[in-house]
Amino acid sequence: MQLFPCPFCGPRDETEFHYGGDAGNVRPDGAEVPIDRWAGYLYLRGNPKGTAREIWVHMSCGEFFVMERDTVTHKVLSSSALGGEHAP
Amino acid sequence: MTASRLASGGSAIDRSRPIRFSFDGATVQGFAGDTIASALLANDVAVVGRSFKYHRPRGIWGAGVEEPNALVDVSGNRATPNTRATTEPAREGLVAKSVNATPNALADRNAFLDRFARFIPAAFYYKTFMWPDWHIFEPRIRAMAGLGKVDAGWTASGPADQINHHCDVLVVGAGPAGLAAARLAAGASLSVTLVDDQQTPGGSLGHRAGEIDGRPASVWVEETIAALAAGGHLVLPWTTAFGIYDHSLIGLNQRHFDGRPDTLWRVRPRRIVLATGAIERPLPFASNDLPGILSADAALSYLRRHAVLAGRRIVVATNNDSAYEVAEAVAEAGAEVTLVDIRRDGMPATSSKVRLIKGRTPAAARGKLRVEGVTLDDGARLDADCVLVSGGWTPTIHLFCQARGKLAWSEARAAFVPGDAVDGIAVAGAAAGAVSLSDVFAGAEQAVASLSETKAAALRSTGPEATDGIEAAWPRPGSKGRIWIDYQNDVTVKDVELAARENFVSVEHLKRYTTLGMATDQGKTSNLPGLALMAGITGRTVPEVGTTTYRPPFTPVPLSSFAGARAGALMAPVRRLPLERAHRQSGAVFQEYGGWLRPAHYGGAGADADRAIADEARRARQSVALFDGSTLGKIEVIGPKAAEFVDFLYYNTMSTLKPGRCRYGFMLSENGVVFDDGVLVRLDEHRFVVSCSSSHVAAVHARLEEWRQDRFGRGAVYIHNATSEMATLTVSGPNARKLLETLDLDLSLDEADLPHMAIGHGSYAGDEVRIARVSFTGDRSYEISIRADRAEPLWAHLRGAGKAFDAVVIGLEALMILRAEKGFIVIGKDTDGTTLPHDLGSEGPRAKRQTEFVGRRSLYTEEASRGDRLQLVGLAVPQGEAPLPTGAHGIKRSDGRLRSQGFVTSSYESPTLGRPVALGLIERGASRHGETIEIQHLGKLRSATIAAPCAFDPAGDRLHA
Amino acid sequence: MTRSYSALSLFKEGLAGQTGWQPAWRSPEPKPSYDAIIIGGGGHGLATAYYLARNHNISRAAVMEKGWIGGGNTGRNTTVVRSNYYYPESVELYGLAHRLYEGLSKDLNYNIMLSQRGMVSLCHSTIEMEIGARTVNAMQISGIDAELFSPGDVRRVAPIYNFSPDGRFPVFGGVWQGRAGTARHDAVAWGYARAASRLGVDIIQNCEISDFIIEGGRCRGVQTTRGAIRAERIGMAVAGHSSVLAGKAGFRLPINSYALQACVSEPVKPILDTVVLSPGAGVYVSQSDKGEIVIGGGLDRIPSYAQRGNLPTLETVISGLLEMFPVFGQLKLMRQWAGIVDVVPDSSPIIGESPLPNLFLNCGWGTGGFKAIPAGGTLLANLLATGKHNDISRPFDLDRFASGRLIDEAAGSGIAH
Repeated sequence: MQLFPCPFCGPRDETEFHYGGDAGNVRPDGAEVPIDRWAGYLYLRGNPKGTAREIWVHMSCGEFFVMERDTVTHKVLSSSALGGEHAP
Repeated sequence: MTASRLASGGSAIDRSRPIRFSFDGATVQGFAGDTIASALLANDVAVVGRSFKYHRPRGIWGAGVEEPNALVDVSGNRATPNTRATTEPAREGLVAKSVNATPNALADRNAFLDRFARFIPAAFYYKTFMWPDWHIFEPRIRAMAGLGKVDAGWTASGPADQINHHCDVLVVGAGPAGLAAARLAAGASLSVTLVDDQQTPGGSLGHRAGEIDGRPASVWVEETIAALAAGGHLVLPWTTAFGIYDHSLIGLNQRHFDGRPDTLWRVRPRRIVLATGAIERPLPFASNDLPGILSADAALSYLRRHAVLAGRRIVVATNNDSAYEVAEAVAEAGAEVTLVDIRRDGMPATSSKVRLIKGRTPAAARGKLRVEGVTLDDGARLDADCVLVSGGWTPTIHLFCQARGKLAWSEARAAFVPGDAVDGIAVAGAAAGAVSLSDVFAGAEQAVASLSETKAAALRSTGPEATDGIEAAWPRPGSKGRIWIDYQNDVTVKDVELAARENFVSVEHLKRYTTLGMATDQGKTSNLPGLALMAGITGRTVPEVGTTTYRPPFTPVPLSSFAGARAGALMAPVRRLPLERAHRQSGAVFQEYGGWLRPAHYGGAGADADRAIADEARRARQSVALFDGSTLGKIEVIGPKAAEFVDFLYYNTMSTLKPGRCRYGFMLSENGVVFDDGVLVRLDEHRFVVSCSSSHVAAVHARLEEWRQDRFGRGAVYIHNATSEMATLTVSGPNARKLLETLDLDLSLDEADLPHMAIGHGSYAGDEVRIARVSFTGDRSYEISIRADRAEPLWAHLRGAGKAFDAVVIGLEALMILRAEKGFIVIGKDTDGTTLPHDLGSEGPRAKRQTEFVGRRSLYTEEASRGDRLQLVGLAVPQGEAPLPTGAHGIKRSDGRLRSQGFVTSSYESPTLGRPVALGLIERGASRHGETIEIQHLGKLRSATIAAPCAFDPAGDRLHA
Repeated sequence: MTRSYSALSLFKEGLAGQTGWQPAWRSPEPKPSYDAIIIGGGGHGLATAYYLARNHNISRAAVMEKGWIGGGNTGRNTTVVRSNYYYPESVELYGLAHRLYEGLSKDLNYNIMLSQRGMVSLCHSTIEMEIGARTVNAMQISGIDAELFSPGDVRRVAPIYNFSPDGRFPVFGGVWQGRAGTARHDAVAWGYARAASRLGVDIIQNCEISDFIIEGGRCRGVQTTRGAIRAERIGMAVAGHSSVLAGKAGFRLPINSYALQACVSEPVKPILDTVVLSPGAGVYVSQSDKGEIVIGGGLDRIPSYAQRGNLPTLETVISGLLEMFPVFGQLKLMRQWAGIVDVVPDSSPIIGESPLPNLFLNCGWGTGGFKAIPAGGTLLANLLATGKHNDISRPFDLDRFASGRLIDEAAGSGIAH
């Protein structure tokens, strides 16, 4: 059982969390996006062995956040709320 | 072997409480405090089981978790197969049966297999049984394999407890190191949990000599436990730490003997001290598996704890000092003792009671069903009824390795010991390679010091100190006779040699090829000798060969304790309707739909169900139907960017919707596939209600939140899932409006004020109600949403008032017929994981929309533009035929091969139309209306004609009727 | 020539103390160059080597394994062999594997113990039965054996199932494939290794790829812990670590790595005669020839490269198992482990040339790679030998993610991802 630090709620059991994907996988808008770019956004993943920067959601509070962790040792390196560009 | 109970002594047994139990049908006498093994030994039962492969007779080897031989099926309140007799307390009336033996351990009819051993070495099965076919041989081999028997009549005594626990320090093992560490940690003001797999703490102090701080070890143990209890610390006997998992979660298996299932503890300590001790190894000599050959330390334990003397004429064979105390003790207890030491010098002194033979190794044991003597490497023959061996000690480092600890090879100990420290975990005592009590205490102090700043008072060993002096005695290649390494799985020296010969030299290949270490004891006595032998064969050192991965659990753990209370209704619990009680009173038959328990139909159990459903569907069209639609999603989207937000989330443009109006639309996944459908309500400029499929509410909610937080920002919109706050009662049918008019809902039902696809606000009995004119039946319908806790009176009122209209309450099955008549789809039933919106006839937004929405780009891929996509259609059958089976496929033949061209997704007999209706996804179906195709179901062929999905009231007149 | 395996040779060796056997496979030093290199000494890699030599006569080939052969997912699965798939493309692929499995023991002269005990995928509701019927019909149309089971049929093959009306997973029926079953996983790896080695392929263990040799935009070989090795064509079959190698080659894959756990009980006498899958409980279970109850479930939901078990998933899987088979509550868990699997959005494998020319992919098998080993090997061997797809492998090319023609077997692979 891993413990993940929700930036809003503190450390909680892994079962309360859901993996959301790679952090920084920016969505390309438009019907004319080159198909390779779109397929890349949809499907291609870094899937790093080692340090990974990922989006997670804490299902208990509903907040998405960024977590850095090691995919081999499962050590959690950091967690932070999503960037402030949309924040009120 | 003539083992016996001594007239006095035995620290663990209570002679005032005699008990009787049965083993293989015979009565065994013992005392409270006996294990099954100690009682069997006291009754001189030599053969207690049969080995897995050769069905060799086997006796008790050890006195604890390492036991490879003495497995029994126990019936009664702790019924379980393959129980270790050495760790299971004997109890009055217990029934134990040896495993893998027919009819019993002493007279096993498969014992003949041992005579064919030379033809069935390790992994022989890979080389044969191929002709004519493995299936010819397999049933017989299956029947021979396996150990204990599952009792098919067994039922659980109740759910197992599962306890989450936190503490500063978890100490595993209550031997001298664990007790010392616990005591020191408690003294440093840390909260301590101490667990031990035995009933009584003390570990080796329970049978080995020792004096601590001037007091006998047993007194010190009691004082320490009392002090821990007084300090509020938790001490758990009968409890085994079986696994260390991520982020230092440690799993404990706590056994109970009062009928309760074992408890699973999930402990999250700040620090862990592993004081798990060490396990004695056998010595390699021919026939070293005979009954009557025991671990020397186990024999000492049986002597001191249970007053059982393992034999009368005992040979003690050793390569280290630890067996000397054993030899003296059994001699003192009256046995005639010969001590054979492979070493020539540097050994402890012996008393006159013990005859010492130096520099000699046992070459072979003699005997058939029990040991009769030992032949030494110089040919000397010693008669014996019992042989006690010590081949050295293997530190119990399983948990340390599970926590990713790396091992270091200790030449002095002839064993692997813990290497570099792992964060938060300290290892102390024999598990860390300590031998003398002084070293044990020094290690415990160090362990606690590494966990805490404060230093507690030191402990002193004031009695005799144990020594080691081991001279490694590993199994050697080319040895004569059959020398067992893994007792339970029957792996011998020759098997390891065979593996090496065939290039299975990697330690993991060795394990898998020979099954060394894969038995229920998971190689606790055999792994190290096995890999040392492989090192010897391949000219490598032991650390070069390395170890296999240690996996949980350390000892087998009952499956029931992992399940806990998760069973029946408590497993993935269903969601329930606020009106469930009212429905039950109306005779509803409930079924689970997408996680919700909902009325399938009312009345008509069993064979009458179909009639009840048809009746509901027919009557719904005649006058008016009432339906509980409370499970429908009601997720509110509120905020300044709410309109922009729903535009992005929906395939259809939603921002043009006027306040007070509703629009049907699809939500897509980013891959373009239709994820959900439903009606969006615009309450006002900045407030929408997403009405999604019942089974999709959580997923839709999560999706809305994701886009809100990821794309729009927390200040732009707010999402609120109000699904369970509101009940939704649907009134549908030609007389729906008339029925509603009999209620005072405080709003106008005029067509102009509340047209189709509009909402109105009213009240009922002082509570706000929201009424939506949306229809899933094709008839005029009103969905009335009201606070869930106030829904019951409204429902009762509707039912009462409905009597005048011959209103019918319908369940989900009838609703499915009504919507299928209209060609309305259910996502996930009439669509699959490839269905795009234009496959369902919704081409407009794909052709025209200019703004961005989820899944947009995926609608223009090569695949999305194919001409032969599966498209939603209706399917009509020839007159008089039964409905098509759902799941039947449309077929065609091309290149002489049969191919599917789609399938039936929904199919019902329509009581209103008097004929079957069906929906399907068929290749190019939208342009093939009128075409007749072949339909195949379970090998049988029928025909069906492709039609428009809507079979009833295609003009939609009834919506306004 | 190594000695052939048979009852007779075993008998003769028995008289001679089993001392005449030769290594099952040779362990030569790597050569500086080969016609083809296969990275990954698991089932798929070893099968590729075998079929490359046997079907295409290319034996100047080597398998590079960073650890010991068969040590990845080949040795960490629940050994189920089946081909009960929905889409014709999948049926072609897994059907090929299934047919090859049926002749594999004799083909390899190695008993892989294919045990066709049948497998039932249970349906727990009316709608699951409808989808079950859809699956059975699709399979029958594609020429694969399948039957739609009634509750009575299920009772016949799994009498100890919990048929109580109070059970959480009531049985409405099931999808039965009689030819499905299990095989001895290690034996598949060893059998292919032995057969490939006999045909001249070099099997190099303890040889990790540190980088690719890229010249003129094409892959020309690999740098390894045992030196540079060049080859005309390079194939990779490194399930669980595909993204890591792709990263070294300079491209990304549509893959996430997840741990898939499995566990076994202590061995008991025969009690369960078939493979039972419950999508509702998220559990599949069988009994090995040795007597262990072999239990598999869903993925751990956290991307990971750690090959280790965890408690939450184990608890979920075991509680599901006991709801299905309450009598297993008296059994004890003996061993728990995990493998790292490639999870692809459509749960179908990726077979074809990678974005780096000359480098060919066999990856993305998710939880179902073991059953596909003979097909994965055949198809990668064909790609390495010819540089081109055949009809069976073409639909599984990496290009399907851009074209949108995914083969979503979420239902076919049984356990929801």
